[in-house]
Amino acid sequence: MSTATGNAHEGRHELAHYFDSTRQQFESHKLAMWLFLCTEILMFGGLFCAYAIYRANHPEIFLYAHTLLDKNLGAINTIVLLFSSFTMAWAVRAAMLGQRRLLVGLLVVTLLCGFGFMGIKGIEYSHKWKHGFLWGEQFDYTEAVAYASGKGHGDDHAAETGHEGAHADDEAAIHTEVPAATAGDEDAAAVMAELDQAAAVTMDHGHDAERIPRNLHIFFGIYFVMTGLHGIHVLAGMGMLTWLIVRASRGDFGVRNYTAVDLGGLYWHIVDLIWIFLFPLLYLIH
Amino acid sequence: MQFGLFKSIFNPSHDAAKPVNGFATEENPLLNVLAQLNVGSILATVRPFLAQLPDSFWMPSQASSKAAEVDTVFYVIYWISVFFFAIIVGLMALFIVRYRSRRQGERAPDSPNHSLALEITWTAIPVIISIAIFVLGFQSFMNIATPPRNSYEILVTGQKWQWFFEYPNGFVTSELHVPEDQPVKLTMTSEDVIHSLWIPAFRVKKDVVPGRYTRTWFEAQEPGTYPLLCTEYCGTGHSDMLSVVTVHKSGTFEQWLEESANIYDTIPPAEAGELLVQRSGCVQCHSLDGSPNIGPTFVDLYGYEQQLTDGRVVIADENYIRTSILEPMTDLVAGYEPVMPTYAGKLKDKEITYIISYLKSASDRGPSEEESAEAETEDPAAQDPDAASATEEE
Amino acid sequence: MSTGATTTVDHVDGHDHHEGNYLTAGRGLRSWLFTLDHKRIGVMYLGTILFAFLLGGIFALLVRTELLTPQQTIMSADDYNRMFTLHGAIMTFLFIIPGIPAALGNFILPLMLGAKDVALPRLNLASYHIYVIGSLMAVASILAGGVDTGWTFYTPYSTTTNGAVILVTLSVFVLGFSSIFTGINFIVTVHRMRPAGMGWFQMPLMLWALYATAIIQVLATPVLAITVLLIIAERALGIGIFDPALGGDPVLFQHFFWFYSHPAVYIMILPAMGVISELVAIFSRKPIFGYKAIAYSSIAIAVFSFLVWGHHMFVSGQSELAVVIFSALTFSVSIPSAVKVFNWLSTMYRGAIRLETPMVYALVFIFLFGIGGLTGLFLASLATDVHLHDSYFVVAHFHYTMMGGTMIAFLAGIYHWWPKMFGKMFSQKWGNIGAIVIFVGFNVTFFSQFVMGAKGMPRRYFNYPPEFEIYHVMSSIGSYVLAIGLFIAAGVLVHSLIAGKKAPVNPWGGATLEWQAASPPIHHNFDSPLLLTNPYDYTAQRWDEAEQGYVPVDPEKEPQTT
Repeated sequence: MSTATGNAHEGRHELAHYFDSTRQQFESHKLAMWLFLCTEILMFGGLFCAYAIYRANHPEIFLYAHTLLDKNLGAINTIVLLFSSFTMAWAVRAAMLGQRRLLVGLLVVTLLCGFGFMGIKGIEYSHKWKHGFLWGEQFDYTEAVAYASGKGHGDDHAAETGHEGAHADDEAAIHTEVPAATAGDEDAAAVMAELDQAAAVTMDHGHDAERIPRNLHIFFGIYFVMTGLHGIHVLAGMGMLTWLIVRASRGDFGVRNYTAVDLGGLYWHIVDLIWIFLFPLLYLIH
Repeated sequence: MQFGLFKSIFNPSHDAAKPVNGFATEENPLLNVLAQLNVGSILATVRPFLAQLPDSFWMPSQASSKAAEVDTVFYVIYWISVFFFAIIVGLMALFIVRYRSRRQGERAPDSPNHSLALEITWTAIPVIISIAIFVLGFQSFMNIATPPRNSYEILVTGQKWQWFFEYPNGFVTSELHVPEDQPVKLTMTSEDVIHSLWIPAFRVKKDVVPGRYTRTWFEAQEPGTYPLLCTEYCGTGHSDMLSVVTVHKSGTFEQWLEESANIYDTIPPAEAGELLVQRSGCVQCHSLDGSPNIGPTFVDLYGYEQQLTDGRVVIADENYIRTSILEPMTDLVAGYEPVMPTYAGKLKDKEITYIISYLKSASDRGPSEEESAEAETEDPAAQDPDAASATEEE
Repeated sequence: MSTGATTTVDHVDGHDHHEGNYLTAGRGLRSWLFTLDHKRIGVMYLGTILFAFLLGGIFALLVRTELLTPQQTIMSADDYNRMFTLHGAIMTFLFIIPGIPAALGNFILPLMLGAKDVALPRLNLASYHIYVIGSLMAVASILAGGVDTGWTFYTPYSTTTNGAVILVTLSVFVLGFSSIFTGINFIVTVHRMRPAGMGWFQMPLMLWALYATAIIQVLATPVLAITVLLIIAERALGIGIFDPALGGDPVLFQHFFWFYSHPAVYIMILPAMGVISELVAIFSRKPIFGYKAIAYSSIAIAVFSFLVWGHHMFVSGQSELAVVIFSALTFSVSIPSAVKVFNWLSTMYRGAIRLETPMVYALVFIFLFGIGGLTGLFLASLATDVHLHDSYFVVAHFHYTMMGGTMIAFLAGIYHWWPKMFGKMFSQKWGNIGAIVIFVGFNVTFFSQFVMGAKGMPRRYFNYPPEFEIYHVMSSIGSYVLAIGLFIAAGVLVHSLIAGKKAPVNPWGGATLEWQAASPPIHHNFDSPLLLTNPYDYTAQRWDEAEQGYVPVDPEKEPQTT
């Protein structure tokens, strides 16, 4: 049986001693990768189940909380990942045809997309962090109210009117309980502070249940676990891409040996696919 | 001789239908059950033979309307299991004896290595029996799952590591009291982790989950006292989370409830306090004989200096005891885990005062006889305003 | 794919080529720790797993000793809680789940396929390394304060109690990867490495069982991974998904947990059934009865296992409809199990039954698994489960299936393939004595638990009402007898390593391919062309007195083909 034939065009062709043919080896590795992807899907499947159960039990939390996410950044990230999937698929094609320079270039573009995605994700996270839109007890209700009022939901009439009514109540509350807060001050910072107070008051007194559903943090718990786990997978994929770039520029791959690129591509697509599900489920709730 | 039978079982060409039919006849009542889904009749038929035992080899005594039903299902499955186990092990033993080869290299004579008829038979029979057992268990379960409308409702709270039972008049005990021959519905929740309430003599069990209400019900039939246990692991004191159910004779339950609810006002405060520490579950963790337990003993507690975990040393006076009951984490005694739940909302102010009176009487630094008599009369009044304002602040 | 007839192994493959068998090919610790040889990995797995078994067994004996008296005997309640948690976690995740697949399966699967190795040897080695790391983390948790949650980690107890819960759940997460890697490896190997001429229905039943097990490992373990990750997130960050105080649902955890852990029960028992199917046929000297029924029943069990998790939660407060559906589905699992038992019995019918030590264990298995399986009916049935749930009846039931089933089959398998693994025979007499002592000790230990459970003894109790003392004392004494039996069983094997007679190629007359390899096999498994036969056709071999083993009947004249 043949061993390494070091031809740059063909790539380093290695057949392990326990396989009878290259085809058998390739098919084995591919099947293993598919099985691994099954485990990935089932792992996320658990989270999707948790999502479905909580959404079915508390639709109001999800309906409200998704407005605190930035749809535009999410959409941009979706496009970035979709584009990276395209370049990855093209890279596999390049590897099969032995186009080494094109392969390296496409892998680099894919890796850059990965950086882009994580960068945008980082911006989103820091935004959430700043406002205290976090999980469990870390969640800052005061800030959530302030943020929602600041942005206003023009498209959500019910929430709007609910807010107006509550605001009137709050004004009164501030006048009586917090004389220090200067009502009528036009300064934006003061308005924010006032709204903070207002939110705290309404929260304590527990009216206005429509406007801020209870247990909003549940959504953010699920949001961070799902996107966080996905982010870790993107990071792992970027590590894999780096390794592929190193090997590709060394000339390891060729028409007879492109298994690693092919399998890496499969992994990258599944990570992309999971995001395709995460984006509408978390950002586009109606 | 006897091998003839087995030959016929394993050689369907002989007469496969015969043993199968024989089996079906033997289990005919069960097949009938399946056909008519008339479990009630079979239960009624076998119950007299099975369910009259007070405390059988397998089951504890039967003290509720459900018990006989459950035991009947148990014993039906039991005898089916014994029957099949006897067949399996009997055949195995028989084959070992009959077909044992003592010489290396001996060959088994040719025999068929599969038989569709036989395999269908021994798939079909377990299927039918499984369905029958399922239907049996299912029907009994449905019979006993839904509480009747006229049930007497008792609220149950589980917390590490004791039970509280609240009756409709607001009276709370740590032991369950129920009337005889009256459906009782338990509406249960937990203050901390998941517990599970089990009354073996009633054959009822249900998890007690924090953040939600679970329900179970029973109708007690035998006056007496039965164990009540926690069966969902809940930590250090899990195995001490025991209580009892007392079944009162018909007509005497209401009287008991009336008397018990007012009993603290009719006996001396220290005695009322002793009763309270027993009924409120304090004694699960605090001993009354000076021995150490999960919490400090109640003997010689009052008036003594307590070394706290944060280094302070305080005298265990009335205020200290009151704080410890309502906010147990404020003054933790060194050497004990911070596990005590708060009793705010569980004990009335008056009751806390009685407990303080009891602790005084259990300590050699408590007030002398005359003093204590005096204090007892004054204490409630003296404490009340203070206590009321404290509650409001919370 | 080439033909099954493998030419004499002579490859340039980066491995040093040595004379002799796989045990002597390569010297030094490194040659073991970083080997890619499935046989060495299997042997290392075997050693580590048996060590874990010893550790879990010591905890079990301590627990049983504590329960000798109704009050405190030798340890505090907290220590007792840590003890039974570690016993459960170690036995489940370190011993029984990897037991047969990773130790015996690794060794035997490629040999049975006539292959030179598994399809992914590096993944295989990684699986072992990860297993060791995970095990060390689990053991380290003892030093880091212990864990008192029970091996089921129910929330909110597990998210609020003190102790090294994060470390232990992380170790379960890590061990899960080991399990997944083994599963992926086996599926790929069975799909891609079968020799020409071995179709799916010419595979030994052990391979069907390992294949079905691998499917469950690959599909169920990821759900456990996410579940323990959520526990870790809950403890480290307070994520709130399982925390009722934050609006979370603690019962959701139980659904997640049992969605893995019920199929995991079949990860444990399926390979055991595979071992028994091989042994009953070989030692009855007769083709297995109803091959296809046994093969299909393995797959059926794998499929049904995913549909029945809710039967662990009949009293958890889930809806009555869910309870009824889960009860009905649960009975479906009993059918394929019953079919297997009947098939084994019919295989023995008119056989030439040899009571060699592996067969004695197989018979013990049928007896104990019979009780374990039948008592499952009580727990699947709704009315009775409400009473028996979380009592010692359940404890006894799963010990009869897990220990009486899987552990006994594991021992049977070790004895059966021991001559192939190490090239040494063992004392059959002492092997059989060990099996009988284990059998007696086991029944004394666990049968008493059925009775006390039904009578009202809850599980995981440190103190217990005095009326149960007699049963507990009986159970504890039984456990000591059981321990003695296990030490005899171990002593037989140790003695065999030191002073055992050299094993022939085929001591039991097996017809599966591993019995054509030398004992022990060479580094690349087979040195002569393989003769592919029906794995249950024992007519092509005869006993050879000089060899003290079975030899093919004149293979030159009439080559057996399938």
